[in-house]
Amino acid sequence: MAMLEAKNLGISFGGLKAVDNFNLTIEKGELYGLIGPNGAGKTTVFNLLTGVYKPDLGTIHLDGRNITGKKIIEINQAGIARTFQNIRLFKELSVLDNVKAGLHNHHPYSTLEGIFRLPKYYKVEREMNDRAMELLKVFDLDGEYDYKASNLPYGKQRKLEIARALATDPKLLLLDEPAAGMNPNETAELMETIGFVRKEFDMTILLIEHDMKLVSGICEKLTVLNFGQVLTWGETSEVLNDKRVITAYLGE
Amino acid sequence: MSFLSYLISGISLGSIYAIIALGYTMVYGIARMLNFAHGDIIMVGGFAIFTMVSTLGMAPLVGIVTAVAVCTLLGVTIEFVAYRPLRGASSLAVLITAIGVSYLLQNLALLIFGSNARQFTSVVMVPGLALAGGRLTISGETIVTIIVCVVIMVSLTAFINKTRIGQAMLAVSEDRGAATLMGINVNKTIAITFAIGSALAAIAGALLCSTYPSLTPYTGSMPGIKAFVAAVFGGIGSIPGALLGGIILGVVENLSKAYISSQLSDAIVFSLLIVILLVRPTGILGKKINEKV
Amino acid sequence: MKVKKNKILIQNGITYAMVILFWAVIQLLLAGGHVSSLLKGLLVPLCIYAILAVSLNLTVGILGELSLGHAGFMCVGAFTGAFVTRCMEASLPSVGARFFLALLVGSAVAGVFGILIGIPVLRLKGDYLAIVTLAFGEIIKNLINVMFIGRDSRGFHFSIKDTLSLGLEADGEVIVKGAQGITGTPRAATFTIGILLLLLTLVIVLNLINSRTGRAIMSIRDNRIAAESIGINITKYKLMAFSISAALAGMAGVLYAHSLATLAATSANFGYNKSIMILVFVVLGGLGNIRGSVIAAIVLTALPELLRGLNDYRMLIYAIVLIAMMLFNSSPKAIELRSVVMDKIRRGQSGSAPKEV
Repeated sequence: MAMLEAKNLGISFGGLKAVDNFNLTIEKGELYGLIGPNGAGKTTVFNLLTGVYKPDLGTIHLDGRNITGKKIIEINQAGIARTFQNIRLFKELSVLDNVKAGLHNHHPYSTLEGIFRLPKYYKVEREMNDRAMELLKVFDLDGEYDYKASNLPYGKQRKLEIARALATDPKLLLLDEPAAGMNPNETAELMETIGFVRKEFDMTILLIEHDMKLVSGICEKLTVLNFGQVLTWGETSEVLNDKRVITAYLGE
Repeated sequence: MSFLSYLISGISLGSIYAIIALGYTMVYGIARMLNFAHGDIIMVGGFAIFTMVSTLGMAPLVGIVTAVAVCTLLGVTIEFVAYRPLRGASSLAVLITAIGVSYLLQNLALLIFGSNARQFTSVVMVPGLALAGGRLTISGETIVTIIVCVVIMVSLTAFINKTRIGQAMLAVSEDRGAATLMGINVNKTIAITFAIGSALAAIAGALLCSTYPSLTPYTGSMPGIKAFVAAVFGGIGSIPGALLGGIILGVVENLSKAYISSQLSDAIVFSLLIVILLVRPTGILGKKINEKV
Repeated sequence: MKVKKNKILIQNGITYAMVILFWAVIQLLLAGGHVSSLLKGLLVPLCIYAILAVSLNLTVGILGELSLGHAGFMCVGAFTGAFVTRCMEASLPSVGARFFLALLVGSAVAGVFGILIGIPVLRLKGDYLAIVTLAFGEIIKNLINVMFIGRDSRGFHFSIKDTLSLGLEADGEVIVKGAQGITGTPRAATFTIGILLLLLTLVIVLNLINSRTGRAIMSIRDNRIAAESIGINITKYKLMAFSISAALAGMAGVLYAHSLATLAATSANFGYNKSIMILVFVVLGGLGNIRGSVIAAIVLTALPELLRGLNDYRMLIYAIVLIAMMLFNSSPKAIELRSVVMDKIRRGQSGSAPKEV
């Protein structure tokens, strides 16, 4: 059974078809790339998959479960976590608290237990701290755990967003341009980290990326989006050599 | 017949709200700030007329001109001293500063004129109308207020659509950054907006105090809040919205005072605001804003 | 690496210690007879405003939503509390017990109002939310002003017209008298009770902030969309913050009701100007800074009263100071200037220029 299966997805804004007849199948454990020129509708696809938009047409199944039209938090609880193109961290919270916020649903205690500092508060908070520090360590952020998130350098903010997404214990991780704004060294390091996350967490990953080096370096399969429609899809090397793809990127 | 009379005085009250709301809505549209002190400018206008006409014995027209001049100058000064330095600061900081300005104006007036209500002599010289054989009388104040409101609406719309300054105002309210890049002097545009808004407040003050002739340092406070409600109601930033919101609010307030309860009229007006905003979160004529993900 | 939590513990400890110290100093002064009657009259209000500021900070600073209706929740608490105390006169003779019960019921009812009002209004944002909360505050005040409640052998009677239309029996008693409000509430509020309630408020708010719930609330404030994407229930936590804030304001209201002989829903007591005053405390104390709220509330409540000698000028001075502080604190130019000056001082101290500025 596929980890993610999107069939015939479509959505229009004010009569304009932003995404049309979109199909995507990702097997468990795959590292999949979604590429396409600016304005092709890649982020819209992410927003459809994560429930920010409800599709006008089509269905989405996650690990065999129909999640079409579900709310954002239901989809997160079903097992999809994401990062954002324009980083969306909890700026005033510490690095540690950003990750702990991600652990919110997995380490519960009640508000009253929190206010009155009952034993469960201490027990669960300790578990949360341990788990969060583990995650931070993966991204080499454990040294900065008490920094305010907005004080981290750009590259580390991107990593923290991935750590926070992983904290929700997803089955599928969506990364929206994880290397945007990074220098080549940082990108190389990020590629390594993504590869590590996939192995370590046995994660299925779908990423949007412009950096072709990153895409060809780590993605096994690609889907190319152009004007809201799938131009082609398949093994990375085949797709990247497809004439239509080159035309779409560079123009006629 | 009495219904008609309540309705007409409601429209008149609504016209005053609309004129005040215009100032609110323009300032909000262009400077993105809740100018809580706007209502107090009305009060200053009222006292300016009171001083000129009742204390110094000048003609009402001189009083009105003085009030407009004083309020315009005051509006521009406040903008320059208190709000301009905060451009780029959080909207909450600007709000609190505006509240400080409101306190300042009220307490200055309190110091100069005392807390006792002053009897304001109407500046409207037009006689009232008696219709339907005297069963329906419309006061001169009512007639003048409605006419003034219509004139202001029409000329302001023309000003914004036809003049360069008006276009600059539209541009700044649409996108301040882009307007700056297009060579529009944003500070000057905002100052002009404050000048116009404050001049309108002075006129509103003259009309308000002529209709409800008791003047205290707090006279402008509640009408200011109500006018703001009217602006939000109609869709803040929209000039027709300010007119629509003002009139609806004035009529509802007057009719509920007449037929339901004078103590509950404010509650009814505020409830209406809440209902409207829940149905249309940006007001009747407001634009829908979407957050991009 | 071990996570250090001491920093928060120490910070909160300082806040509690400060309040307790304040109490102790006042107690010493009271024992020595050094407290003027003016200041004595201020002691309970100081606690009330500190509680109000801390609770409003939960909505404005921690949840990040602008509310201009806090006085409305205070009003609900005050009237509910006074009503409970007056109604239980016969069945519960102990004033202290009735006061305690009033605190519980008053906070609870205000909290319920917080939920009822929060459900529709928390969908709105920013300035719209501000004006709607202001509207709700005014509506509550107006409704209480026309409310008449009486009791006789047949039970409770309710009217929004006048005392007569209650139709009470001869033995009946009017408890809530419209614009005249509730009279005869025992003045049971003392400074010590006020301080205890302030400490309780601080414990609730500070512990809430530093818990799973607080993190959820602050994550919504910092980035609603991201919070939703990691599975945080936005509506639930917004409502929770808003209603806890309302309940604490209600508690302050009960305290207020028990510090007055007559409680009336006037504009001076519960109007939007009161809400704005509390907001000023919160902003000047620092958004999200709970200790700052306490200090700002105490200083800004006491100062104008203690400046009574200046008479007519005191509110004028207050206004000017308020504007000046906002300009100094928030103007981008002033912030820049301050950092330049601080830099110079630091450079002067270290004796060498830092590598980068």
